[in-house]
Amino acid sequence: MNTITISLIGMGAIGLAMALFLLIAYKKLKVHEDPRIDQIDEILPGANCGACGYPGCRHYAEAIIKENAPINLCTVGGPDVTDAIGKLLGIEAEAITPPVAVVMCQGDESVAPRRAKYHGASSCRIEHFTTNGDKFCTYGCIGLGDCVEACQFDAMYMGENGLPVIIEDKCTGCGLCAEACPRDIIEMVPRDQKLFVLCKNKDRGALARKYCKVACIACGICVKNAPEGTMEMKDNLAIILDYKPLNDPEVGNLLQEKCPTNTIVYRE
Amino acid sequence: MSLFIIIIATVLVNNFVLSYFLGICPFLGVSGKASSAIGMGFAVTFVMTFTAAITWLIKYKILIPFHLPFLEYVSFILIIASLVQFVEMFLKKSVPGLYRALGIYLPLITTNCAILGMALLGSLRNYNFIENLVFGFGAGIGFTLALVIMAGIREELEFADVPKPLQGAGITLILAGLLALAFMGFSGMISGG
Repeated sequence: MNTITISLIGMGAIGLAMALFLLIAYKKLKVHEDPRIDQIDEILPGANCGACGYPGCRHYAEAIIKENAPINLCTVGGPDVTDAIGKLLGIEAEAITPPVAVVMCQGDESVAPRRAKYHGASSCRIEHFTTNGDKFCTYGCIGLGDCVEACQFDAMYMGENGLPVIIEDKCTGCGLCAEACPRDIIEMVPRDQKLFVLCKNKDRGALARKYCKVACIACGICVKNAPEGTMEMKDNLAIILDYKPLNDPEVGNLLQEKCPTNTIVYRE
Repeated sequence: MSLFIIIIATVLVNNFVLSYFLGICPFLGVSGKASSAIGMGFAVTFVMTFTAAITWLIKYKILIPFHLPFLEYVSFILIIASLVQFVEMFLKKSVPGLYRALGIYLPLITTNCAILGMALLGSLRNYNFIENLVFGFGAGIGFTLALVIMAGIREELEFADVPKPLQGAGITLILAGLLALAFMGFSGMISGG
């Protein structure tokens, strides 16, 4: 017999022996678990993304049964999963609409000039912490795609202009990309929000304008034109306090038009 | 070499964690609380002792008689993986609290380099069966010792005023380095251990 055959037989025998040993151990040591945990585990998407707050789908399934965790935490599965679990357990819960990720930066290469050329490891996080990015704007997108890499649902890609693009239909709202971004440029927003301030720059207006053509320069025109209490200026940046009144097409389009740097965008 | 010297050598002088730097992942990951450190230590000791016994048998009763020494790595990994599976089932059944506390680190014992390192070192040193068994047991106890010392220090550290940039992983790594330095005091006590 040649060496290969002997190796195969030898390893096969060892493997078989261990398998038998484990099989016997499994029979003896089987733990009786609530069968519903398995059933819930099967309903859950199995992405183990952690959006529900538990380390994985299995842990969430256990938490539902043992700790009475709410059944609507899975944003990935959305209402379908919540319904299915609810049916299984005989309870009803209001399904939540998952949020959607939005890239709060429009500073592509044509509008946000670079101050240097970065040659380090291809990771936003590393570039951010070692060199603070290669653009003048130190709040904007670095463009190396840590977020795209973090996305488990193929809902993102790097656009040709060097900014990540989110495919909203595929976005499950798990928030992994927002976590991956070292500059917190990606935000999870409600799906029905239509008006966005697409900038994170907190520099003073003159500087911000120099660093990026579409930066918020903190002129305050939007705050003056928006319904009271819906927007305010904070740290040289316009922020939205209450998005619902701003969804009105008239208000939204007005604000978009008035913004001198096109930072404010109204999406129908 | 007497069995006693093997024990002293593996537990103190050539401690697997603090002088060979094997098994650092659980050493840093599970040393937050003394109770789970002890549990992890004993789980590893158990796996190591049985791995030492079974790998010795495999090596001298199967691999060498059939001229298959190149299968050492593969078969050792197979043994370790099976034993970890067994420990996992056992803990889930009898000590569910510990099972939850160890979490992901329990299946990760499979890939714990301290265990494969122990099996390969033991095989390299041509120990006899009893010596190899003691070597495996000693390595496990040494691992437990390192883990428990670390956990003790980290529990005290909760009350210390650690500078902000060093909090968490930073101070833990510094501690691990200091602890390894302290264990270097044992070096030279036994030659060739």
